[in-house]
Amino acid sequence: MNTASLAGITGALLVGLGLFGLVTNPRPLRKLLAFNLLGSGVFLLFGVLARRGAAAGIAADPVPQAMVITGIVVAFSATALAVALLLRLFEETGRSTLRADPPSKAAGDGSGA
Amino acid sequence: MQAITTALTATMGGLLLALAIILPVAGVLLSFVLGGRAAERIALYLMPAGLGVAAMIALGVWRSGAPLVYLLGGWPPPLGIALRADGFSAVMLLTTALVILCAGLFARANFPTPAGVNEARAPFAFWILLQGLWAALNMVFLGGDLFNLYVALELLTFAAVPLVCLDGRAETLLAALRYLVFALFGSVLYLLGAALLYGAYGTLDIGLLSSRISASPAVWAAAALMTTGLLAKTALFPLHLWLPPAHANAPAAASAILSALVVKASFFITVRLWFDVLPSLPVETPAAILATLGSLAILFGSVLALRQERLKLLIAYSTVAQIGYLFLMFPLAAGLHPWTADAWSGGVLQTLSHAFAKAAMFLAAGLVAETLGHDRISGLRGLGKVMPMSVFVLGLGGLSLMGLPPSGGFTAKWLLLMASVRSGQWPWAIVMLAGGLLAGGYVYRVLAPAFASADLSLKAPAPRNRERIALALALCAILLGFAPSGFFAFLQIGRPALTAIP
Repeated sequence: MNTASLAGITGALLVGLGLFGLVTNPRPLRKLLAFNLLGSGVFLLFGVLARRGAAAGIAADPVPQAMVITGIVVAFSATALAVALLLRLFEETGRSTLRADPPSKAAGDGSGA
Repeated sequence: MQAITTALTATMGGLLLALAIILPVAGVLLSFVLGGRAAERIALYLMPAGLGVAAMIALGVWRSGAPLVYLLGGWPPPLGIALRADGFSAVMLLTTALVILCAGLFARANFPTPAGVNEARAPFAFWILLQGLWAALNMVFLGGDLFNLYVALELLTFAAVPLVCLDGRAETLLAALRYLVFALFGSVLYLLGAALLYGAYGTLDIGLLSSRISASPAVWAAAALMTTGLLAKTALFPLHLWLPPAHANAPAAASAILSALVVKASFFITVRLWFDVLPSLPVETPAAILATLGSLAILFGSVLALRQERLKLLIAYSTVAQIGYLFLMFPLAAGLHPWTADAWSGGVLQTLSHAFAKAAMFLAAGLVAETLGHDRISGLRGLGKVMPMSVFVLGLGGLSLMGLPPSGGFTAKWLLLMASVRSGQWPWAIVMLAGGLLAGGYVYRVLAPAFASADLSLKAPAPRNRERIALALALCAILLGFAPSGFFAFLQIGRPALTAIP
C-alpha cells in the first residue's frame, strides 16, 4: 500500500467517523467536533488528489492545496461562530443541548426526526 | 467545442458582474471602518446602486441574448474563475436587490442607532450582516465555479445565522445553532462531492465540467453528496427541521430575506448542478427522487402550517411547502422535450414569486406582531379594521401561495401543471392541486379571523409607511402574473438544454 492510498483510506475513515458523530450525537459541542473531524477527512482527500495530479505528470497540482487552505479558513470561522453561539446559549440558559427545545417547537417537529 | 470556447472569453459588460459583488463587499468594509451610524447610511445608499447594477446586468443579458461572462484577473478556467450571468441569474440578482432594498427600508425603524451614541451593537451587526448576505447571494447567482460557489454558500451561512439570533434570546440562539449545524453538515457534504469531481476531472468550472462529465460511480457519488448537502441548506423535506424556528424567531426584515432569498441560493446551486453540470447524464431517477421529496414537502409543510398557533410559524411552514414546488421542476424541465421550456419558466417564476410573496408576508406579520404585541392567530380577530393594509398584503401573498390568478404563483404553478400533464407525469399535478387547496386552508385561517368584527387593543399605532413597503413587495408578486411572453424568453437565455449538442 502506497502513501496516497493510505492517506485516502484515512480520509475516508475520518469522513465516516465524523458523519456518524454529527448525526448521532445530540450535544452541539460534540457535533461541532465531529464536523471538524469530517472536515479534516475531506481536506485529507484533497491532499490525495493533489498527489494524484503529481502521479499523472503535473508537478504537485497546486489547486487542491489552495482549496484546502480556503476550506480550513472556512471551517475555522464556522467553528468559531458555533462556539460563540454555544457559549452565549450557555450564559443565557445554563444548558448546552439542542434537545431541550421550547415546547411550541417540539410539537410541530415531532413527525420528522 | 464551440460552446466551450465562447464560455472561456469575457463578454462586453462583464465588469458589471464583478461590480455586483464588489459593491456590497465594499459596503461591509466601509461600515466596519466608519462604525454603526454610518453602516446604516452606507447600506441604504448602496442598495439602490446595487439595484441599478442588477438592472444593467439584466439589460446586458437581454440585449446580447447570451450569458455575460467575466474572467477574474483575465485568467480563463480551469486555472482562473469565471463569473457568469444568464437569464436565471439576472432575474435572481434583480429580485435580491429589490427584496433587500425593501427589507432595508423596513428595518430602519427596528435597527436605528440610538441618538447620542456612535454605535449600538444590534444595529451595527444588522447592517453589516445585511450587506454581507447580499454580497454572498450575488456571488452565488454569478458563480461559475463549484468551489467558488462553496465559499459563497459559506459566506451566506455566516451572514444568515447571526441574523436569526440578533436579539440574543435563548430561543433564537437555539434556533440559530440548529440552523448552523444543518448548514455545516450541508456544506461539508458539498465540499466532499466537489473534491470527488475535482479528482475525476481536474476542474470545477461548470462549463468545462459539463463537457467532460460522464456517468461514472465517482460522478454519481459526488452528485448525491452535493445534492444532499444543498438540500439540507434549502430545507427540503425531511431536512427542513431547522427552518421554521429559525425563520419564525428572526426579526421581521431578516425573516423576509431568509425565507425569500437565502433558501433559494442553495436551490439555485442545485439547479446549476443538475441542469448545467450533469445534463448529459441519465437523470430521470434522481430527478424523480427530488420531486418526490418536493411533493412530500408540499403536503407535510402545508399540513403543519395548518396546525400552527402563531402567524410567523405558519408563514415559515408555508415556506417549507413552497420550497417543495421548486423541486417539481427537476423531472419536468430535464432533457429536450416540448414541455421543458415551460417547466423551466414555471420553476424560475415560482422561485421569484415566492420570494416576493413570502418577503411581503413576513414583513406584514412582523408589523402585526409589533402592533398587537403578539402574533397568535387566535388573537387576530378584527385585525382587518385596524391594519387593513397588512391584512391586504397577507391576502395578496396568500393568493400567490395558493396559485390563484392573477399572481406570479398562479402562472408558475400553471406552467408546471401543464408540463406535468403534457409529459404524462400526472402524480406531480395531483400534488400541486392538493398543495393549492391546503394553502387555501392556511391562508383562510389567517384571513377569516382578521375579517371578523371584534375590537382589538393595539400596543402601538399601525405604521402605515412600513405597511406600504410590504405592499410594494406583494404587488411585485402579483405583477409577475402579468409577465409578457418576452419575459419567459429572457428566462431561457443561457439555458443549457438549448445550447447542448444532442
